[in-house]
Amino acid sequence: MENVAVRVQNLGKRYRIGEQEPYRTLRDAIARAATAPFRRTRPRRADDSRYLAISSHGGHIWALRNVSLEVMNGEAVGIIGPNGAGKTTLLKILSRITEPTEGQAEIRGRLGSLLEIGTGFHQELTGRENIYLNGAILGMKKKEIESKFHDIVAFAEISDFIDTPVKWYSDGMRLRLGFAIAAHLEPEVLLVDEVLAVGDASFQRKCLGKMGEVAGEGRTVILVSHDMAAIQNLCGRAYALNHGRILASGEVNGVISQYLESVSRPQVASIADRTDRRGNGRLRLVGFSILGAANSSDTVQCGARATFEIAYEGSAPLRNVDIDMLFYNQFGTCVLVTGSSFVGKVFAEVPERGIFSCRFEKFPLLPGIYHLRLNCGVNGIVADDLKNAATIHVVGGDYYGSGKIPGRGGGLFAVPHEWEVRNEDSGSFTRRGHGT
Amino acid sequence: MIVIRPTKGWASLRLRELWAYRELILFLVWRDLKVRYKQTVLGAAWAVIQPLAMALLFTIIFVQFAGLPTGGAPPFLFYYTAMLPWNLFAKGLTEGSNSLVANQRMITKIYFPRLVLPISTVLAGLVDFGIGLAVLVGLLAYFGVWPTLAVASLPVFIPIAILSSMGIAFWLSAIDARYRDVRYTLPFITQIWFFATVAVPISSVPESLRWIYSLNPMAGVVEGFRWALLGQEWRLDPLVWLSMAIVVVIFVGGLFYFRRAERVFADVV
Repeated sequence: MENVAVRVQNLGKRYRIGEQEPYRTLRDAIARAATAPFRRTRPRRADDSRYLAISSHGGHIWALRNVSLEVMNGEAVGIIGPNGAGKTTLLKILSRITEPTEGQAEIRGRLGSLLEIGTGFHQELTGRENIYLNGAILGMKKKEIESKFHDIVAFAEISDFIDTPVKWYSDGMRLRLGFAIAAHLEPEVLLVDEVLAVGDASFQRKCLGKMGEVAGEGRTVILVSHDMAAIQNLCGRAYALNHGRILASGEVNGVISQYLESVSRPQVASIADRTDRRGNGRLRLVGFSILGAANSSDTVQCGARATFEIAYEGSAPLRNVDIDMLFYNQFGTCVLVTGSSFVGKVFAEVPERGIFSCRFEKFPLLPGIYHLRLNCGVNGIVADDLKNAATIHVVGGDYYGSGKIPGRGGGLFAVPHEWEVRNEDSGSFTRRGHGT
Repeated sequence: MIVIRPTKGWASLRLRELWAYRELILFLVWRDLKVRYKQTVLGAAWAVIQPLAMALLFTIIFVQFAGLPTGGAPPFLFYYTAMLPWNLFAKGLTEGSNSLVANQRMITKIYFPRLVLPISTVLAGLVDFGIGLAVLVGLLAYFGVWPTLAVASLPVFIPIAILSSMGIAFWLSAIDARYRDVRYTLPFITQIWFFATVAVPISSVPESLRWIYSLNPMAGVVEGFRWALLGQEWRLDPLVWLSMAIVVVIFVGGLFYFRRAERVFADVV
């Protein structure tokens, strides 16, 4: 029992609908107070502070309900789930920013929470001054900050700008500084929310490294993220939340695939109805789906087997048919062109109706959202060309089978490659013409 | 071990935890001071100019035109002496009431005892007050006014001014977190309050109404300041004590109200 660092039992948080609207009028509260003696039916609840204006028709929403979880000492646990699943609410309760409506949680040890990087930075103050201020806000003593000051500056890589007001900092510098301070808080239990979604790739890698270090030192980490790769990299166990409830829990890869299955959406707009197509129409593309490891219609895992299927209809059996499938990233850049003709398949004869299928043994694109363009030709003439025929989500996966999840350090693809080292004198290396 | 569960009814004040966060209070005070006069040409000189100008204006309007009594003290000193605690109070009140909303980001992202915010905001006013006090010493010498032993009571009146400012800031900041009406009401209430406190000394109020006048928590402080610094033949009105009792009630009530309201700050601010 002493090994449990965080124990959450039946935690629930209820919001009134509209409670987070910033402006409520005093008028409502006064009107309510004035009529209060005439209303007896409404039972008072624990969280009905006197000044909460409750409209009689006001509904409630449970942002979190019946959530129980346990995290052991020194364990790194991930929490995944779609937007609005209650992930952040859970972290806010655990970090005591807001109170639960029911249930309870116990946390053993010093708690550090990182819901946002650089909270409380003041633009007019210098980096040095903000280190002290932010450290104090996070609960560090002045002495403690002093002793870690140099480590923080070194980690953030801002030593040249330490006496410059933060308002002149780039976003990246501000992030690095904010993370550096929080990372040096040395909590026994660290709560991290989605902070890695920002910042450049090398910074993200550094943060992950630091968190891995924290976890490796036997401290406890709870990480909330949309980023499956980050969760897979850092955490051994995960919980999936949806609609405020725990959907799945256990070993991280199992939870991720369960989660992906549950949230996958069926392909809504059928491409059969699309009219914005080009081509002579001798053949029409009418359906698209993915058969893959993630087993959902629009999600593919990097490094996993994936089969894309495209259904078509023609007016009659056709000759000399080929099909291309192009992948565009979110910035509209075409990052991958695949085509049956590239791999030597111009289909000599195809039936009137059928399905083209394209199989990847190991899907090479790194995590992200991609749009597909499908282009089918008959006798070398475009028969049907559909832009944005489908949108797919690629999630992180262990492409190389090495336990590392590619995608954090930038780049577009994972491709098979090998590294070796051999014994050779650099002099002969240069003589052979490899040197400068 | 930290135990998190819903709290009900009136919560404990958790003053021990507040004490543990005393360094944060100091850092926030220091932050406020650091940034207060940024991008001003005159900087901290504003702390001197503003009360001097107001005192001068009052001398002209209330003494020259309206003929209000000043109890035998030089009119300029009479008003300047009142401006000092009033400014400490009013700035603390205005900025303290706004302190939760102004630090919204901190409240919704980090845990710390929320009382830290209004407390540190009010305390930051002490520096301006100190500068004003130093100027007052010069003014006293210039006017040849030598304080009596009563000056020893200043260390009592200064904390009362602070408690009064904090007490009201506790109430108003907690309300402001939810109802922004506070920020629209406060400026003109402060103005009326100002005139009632600074311009009208207790001696000019009819005996029978003085107890009402003393319900104003700042009336006692302002009267006390004048008495402590200027009062040769001045008698400290005993009703000052009523005023101070009110301060204590507002302060303690404010603490509890704030702690009770605190649990939803992050959700509503």
